[in-house]
Amino acid sequence: MQTANLFIVLLVLSAVAYYMARGRSVALAQPLGGIRHLHSLPFFYGMRAAIWCALPSMALLAVWLLFHEHIISTLLLDGLPEAQKPTSAAEHNLLLNSIENIASGALSAETSAPHLVAAADVLKDLRGTARNLVTAVVLSLAVIGMGWGWVKVSPKLRARQQVERVFRGLLLACACVAIFTTVGILLSVLFESLRFFQAVPATEFLFGTEWSPQMAIRSDQVGSSGSFGAIPLFVGTLLISFIAMLVAVPVGLMSAVYLAEYASPRVRGLAKPALEVLAGIPTVVYGFFAALTVAPFLRKAGEGVGLEVSSESALAAGLVMGVMIIPFISSLADDVINAVPQSLRDGSLGLGATRSETIKKVIFPAALPGIVGGVLLAVSRAIGETMIVVMAAGLAAKLTANPLETVTTVTVQIVTLLVGDQEFDSPKTLAAFALGLMLFVVTLVLNFIALRVVKKYREQYD
Amino acid sequence: MTDLKNGSVKQANLNLSRTEIIERSLAKRYRAEKRFRCYGIMAIVFGLMCVALLFTDIISKGYKAFAQTYIQLEVTYDANILGITDLNDPQQVALGDFQGIVKQALKNRFEGVSGRKAKRELYGVISNGAGYRLRDRLVANHQLLNQSETLWLVADDDIDTYYKSMGSDAGPFVGRMSEQRQGWIEQLTEADEVELRFNRNFFVQGDSREPELAGIRGAAMGSLFTLIITILLSFPIGVAAAVYLEEFAPRNRWTDLIEVNINNLAAVPSIIFGLLGLAIFINFFHVPRSVPLVGGLVLTLMTLPTIIISSRAAIKAVPPSIREAAIGVGASPMQVVLHHVLPLAMPGMMTGAIIGMAQALGETAPLLMIGMVAFIVDVPGGFTDPSTVLPVQIFLWADSPERAFMEKTSAAIMVLLAFLIVMNTLAVILRKKMERRW
Repeated sequence: MQTANLFIVLLVLSAVAYYMARGRSVALAQPLGGIRHLHSLPFFYGMRAAIWCALPSMALLAVWLLFHEHIISTLLLDGLPEAQKPTSAAEHNLLLNSIENIASGALSAETSAPHLVAAADVLKDLRGTARNLVTAVVLSLAVIGMGWGWVKVSPKLRARQQVERVFRGLLLACACVAIFTTVGILLSVLFESLRFFQAVPATEFLFGTEWSPQMAIRSDQVGSSGSFGAIPLFVGTLLISFIAMLVAVPVGLMSAVYLAEYASPRVRGLAKPALEVLAGIPTVVYGFFAALTVAPFLRKAGEGVGLEVSSESALAAGLVMGVMIIPFISSLADDVINAVPQSLRDGSLGLGATRSETIKKVIFPAALPGIVGGVLLAVSRAIGETMIVVMAAGLAAKLTANPLETVTTVTVQIVTLLVGDQEFDSPKTLAAFALGLMLFVVTLVLNFIALRVVKKYREQYD
Repeated sequence: MTDLKNGSVKQANLNLSRTEIIERSLAKRYRAEKRFRCYGIMAIVFGLMCVALLFTDIISKGYKAFAQTYIQLEVTYDANILGITDLNDPQQVALGDFQGIVKQALKNRFEGVSGRKAKRELYGVISNGAGYRLRDRLVANHQLLNQSETLWLVADDDIDTYYKSMGSDAGPFVGRMSEQRQGWIEQLTEADEVELRFNRNFFVQGDSREPELAGIRGAAMGSLFTLIITILLSFPIGVAAAVYLEEFAPRNRWTDLIEVNINNLAAVPSIIFGLLGLAIFINFFHVPRSVPLVGGLVLTLMTLPTIIISSRAAIKAVPPSIREAAIGVGASPMQVVLHHVLPLAMPGMMTGAIIGMAQALGETAPLLMIGMVAFIVDVPGGFTDPSTVLPVQIFLWADSPERAFMEKTSAAIMVLLAFLIVMNTLAVILRKKMERRW
């Protein structure tokens, strides 16, 4: 049976289980004098049976779905004659692929080698048998669960406690998805990075100043040994992020200050949402804007004053990224400025300070940890920003601090290395994961410090 | 000095009292105050100008894409050119040279065009897609065979760009257009045989290499399927996690670990989630590439922190008195949550979910990693059909060299922004309407 159909059948079965067990509990209660003689409400007896019916069978189905490819291909390869068993990982994948293609009809059976055609038939057989077997096992498990749920119904059964325990377990499992995600990220970038560092020493990656990941196909071609020094990427990333911060921090901070301290409620009510529109615009739109409007404009402006501005300059990407980050900084700063107790303001104003003096000498120092935290979060966002730089910054890894030249960033390189055809053995692809690891670690550290700083500050006034 | 009001100047110079020092510095301080205030206004104005600039830039670049240039031609369904003898034979119809009758029609309209190069230019005036339209018409109405009819056909993208820019101050955009072609367009314009019409193709077609045939339907459907997966997974999981953390979690290390993880995931760059999807979902679990299923899974993980955080805030806002009252009449903790807290917190949670979905709809980077960046012509029909999504389509078009694609890109951005504005407005309305003061 198809997985989707099987799933629907399971749902129907559990609904049946629910109604049957519920009905039985009501029927059992009747001679005793009504459902108040039951330990739990009939709903819980029904739910208990439905859980017994659905949970084990669906768990089994999920496990099967996750691992069936693995199991079937292992069985298939075990069944092959000794001479045709693959010796290397690459050969292994190739063999599986060609068998798969023959089985699905993408490769014609007539033109393929006979042992592959035979293997394809075995594969089809295996798949058919496996599907039937799994359907049978899952369905019988569901029916057994249903029966168990029905049989066990009795006025003494503590159904509510059992059902609630399962619910609580499910809630906990959902909460743990966050942990699994982090672990998944770590595992995926870590494993591939380790493989990368086997091919390229970590010191060369971290301190090398030459980045040209294009590996030639044959070893005697020019540039056959790609070089993986990531310093130019780090410098490029920092340069663009720095330009972005140069725009975003003053504008974001000043607008937050104005909105929080000066603006009338009406102005605030209009300007704040209007600024937040900037936060809702997808990054790909900013990228388009940077590449097709800002970059050509800067180039022309540069020509006007006799400056050579690259059409993929760091300046264009940085400026637009700064605009993107303005609402981020302004809303974080707004929060911390508003969190400064009114008494501090009143005290300062009462001593005769002007508003700007109050802001500069009292509110800023009080809000500083929060602002620093916000800026750190914004930096981590700028470093990890992808689409703007992919569209507006270049690919050439130049080691320069000149904002008018083309630079490239970590995220641009990850995208370039991973989009398109990939083979998972070449250092070129693995380099993307090493860069991903760097990015993850740096942003994690920044976020961690930022959240720490913000949290510590909050404790002062609460 | 002049702002000293009473007392002689001399005396002030000799012996300044504290009040006087302050008074003397007042002007300067007020100036500083004004300056500071000005900076604030400038910052706000700068921000608002960026918003205005962005929107006007996109709209001015893209509004023309909603119209398309059509050219009027008299087409003859000549059975000889088509090579069709029997219209009921699907193979013959499929192989019929419909582009040939378009060429013939163009030759008839502009007589005296000779030479291979000139002819090729002439045939390029009408889009390659015109043949399919003629075929559909002929299949729908068999009587048309060997008959003539006058039709408006979609023009090529170069013609389209040229014709749309004819009225502009800078003069028409010539680009690749030869003088001969420009002459033809002038002839057609004078004869009123070329006009702009609503660009229906843009909304009903999939992607295409020909700008005049490219549409956003495929990408929009891809986005829809991806978002369905995302909301189906992330909303229940996010709400369940929030309920656990707010209502049941014991204060211990494990709970702290979960919270730290959620906060950190909210700030992890989105591209990292793409790497996760590539390594775990595609390479390890063998989920097919480029399909809405895997896109939805990745976006689920990405939006979960947003949904969890906003759901927790919504649950926190439900006053403890409600819980206590429910417990007081004998509800179990689970019943308190399911019967009382969740229904009351639902509007807040839905607001958070809509904002999370808006974020997922605009996300591009992680989807590039999992192969949703392929060139796909067909409109996807399900969760496991290869597809792309709106933002990725924008990215792909923005990279295309044809000038006409720039217009399409801006138009696609307008459509995407329209969706986002609708979603965010919905969230705001929901919050305003359902907000409850306890």
